[in-house]
Amino acid sequence: MGLRKFIDKIKPNFEEGGKLYCFHSFFDAMETFFYVPNKVTINGAHVRDAVDMKRNMIYVLIALIPCFLFGTWNIGYQHFLSHGEAATLMQNFGYGLMKILPLYIVSYVVGLGIEIIFAQVRKEEVNEGFFVTGFLIPLIMPADVPLWMLAIAVAFAVIIGKEVFGGSGMNVVNPALLARAFMFFSYPSQMSGDSIWIAEKADAYSGATPLGTLLNGGGVEQLPSMMEMFIGTIPGSVGETSKIAILLGALFLIVTGVASLRVILSTFVGAAALGLLFTAIGVSDVPFYYHYLMGGFMFGAIFMATDPVTAAQTNCGKIIYGFLIGAMAVLIRVANPGYPEGMMLAILLLNVFAPLIDYCVVAMNISKRKKRWAQAERSAK
Amino acid sequence: MSKNLELLTAPLRKANPVTVLILGICSALAVTAKLKPALVMALSVTVVIALSNLVISLLRKGIPSKIRIIVQLIVIATLVILVDQFLKAFVYDVSKQLSVFVGLIITNCIVMGRLEAFAMANGPWESLLDGIGNGLGYGIILVIVAFFRELFGSGTLLGFQIIPEGLYNFGYMNNGLMILPPMALIIVGVIMWLQKPEEDKK
Repeated sequence: MGLRKFIDKIKPNFEEGGKLYCFHSFFDAMETFFYVPNKVTINGAHVRDAVDMKRNMIYVLIALIPCFLFGTWNIGYQHFLSHGEAATLMQNFGYGLMKILPLYIVSYVVGLGIEIIFAQVRKEEVNEGFFVTGFLIPLIMPADVPLWMLAIAVAFAVIIGKEVFGGSGMNVVNPALLARAFMFFSYPSQMSGDSIWIAEKADAYSGATPLGTLLNGGGVEQLPSMMEMFIGTIPGSVGETSKIAILLGALFLIVTGVASLRVILSTFVGAAALGLLFTAIGVSDVPFYYHYLMGGFMFGAIFMATDPVTAAQTNCGKIIYGFLIGAMAVLIRVANPGYPEGMMLAILLLNVFAPLIDYCVVAMNISKRKKRWAQAERSAK
Repeated sequence: MSKNLELLTAPLRKANPVTVLILGICSALAVTAKLKPALVMALSVTVVIALSNLVISLLRKGIPSKIRIIVQLIVIATLVILVDQFLKAFVYDVSKQLSVFVGLIITNCIVMGRLEAFAMANGPWESLLDGIGNGLGYGIILVIVAFFRELFGSGTLLGFQIIPEGLYNFGYMNNGLMILPPMALIIVGVIMWLQKPEEDKK
């Protein structure tokens, strides 16, 4: 193990009094990233799991790989399609990679930089929370987003969304979604409309996303076919288009137990319930299953809504939380003329309400048990 | 004299009505999209607090405790209407931008709070100083918030273009979120965040 030896060799430099002590947060982050830390707790008994937070985060990253690969290919595919040029698989992929790598570099350099500065000032270990956030952020942006805007959005999300509350695990809303919401409200011309979803689109080509088409008064028959939306060969944010890739990731997350199946299923049920209601009373003629296939619904339901920090914690709470996310997302999509995509706002809203939902569930449980106990006492007398 | 000086300076930082006492937040969100209305608003509130503090302090021994809130409200309302008429007469465009928020100074918690907490129990001179101090404390936050919101939201300060044209050609854009009221809340929050550890140290 050459790397282990190397790390051990340079380690003394980063310990207190060493030459490079000012970088100790960064060193610590990298060391625990490569190897499971061998630190032991000194006093008291602690229950320990073999899977720590860093490993848990890496499962999410693995689950995102299909979305990343397909999204990268789709950037190139949509670009060459809009220009009417034929391109091979590798050309598509290469073009996509050229577009998406700068986004990743900016996202990680800015985000991790801020995390490391805060950890250093607070004399804490660097938290690994940003690995997933930083990977998610480029996947929920259009491929052509200007890099300086991305940098500001990431900085805003990490500082205002997370660090002011005390860092990873203390955040109220999902930082990746906050970065997107910041972009959406700060620079609307870069985050909505028909012209931004395809990288360097040819002017004559319509680049409307399915949700954009509906917003502009198009009917269901003008949408791409369900198969196209399912496979993902449509314009949109990088990671959200392919439902196959998202479902592959979902399968992995559910099998490994990282994502809560309760949240995912109840989100789908919530969207179906409101979707059916809207078609039944004639407000909208979009069948409910179209809402699963359009925009970021699935991506949000599987990778964002299930974020263990910001979701509801109680089992019953998770169901209410998921159901309301699905219902709100469809409500905003159908009823709000301003914002075509409701999933982002729905998840952020319910993130804020998750602690309240938990509080009510716990309070109800307590009062139920009190009643049962009082009854048992009465019958005992 | 140093005690009187304290009355003026304490509300600027450690007893700031907005960031420490969390009063008057509503108008801080509403009028801070541009620097000019924020300055006018800060000045109007300072005048109202200072004069109402002075008047109530002079009357304090004659006000029956049961109806003191009504008396205070009448004094504040009179002063606010005077300020409103003054703004309409001399700076009509700003008065239009501020719209109802000048009238709403009547319900600004800082004014009422200072009357109840200070003017009812202190002499006229101290009350006047306390009123000016609190008005300035409120104003300084308004100006800081408006400075950032106008600079990054519109690229201007007091209406003059600050961000150079050339930057826009490079793809720079004004930040739309800065114009929206939530950003004022976030900036006020950041000011509190920066201020808090410093106060804890003392």
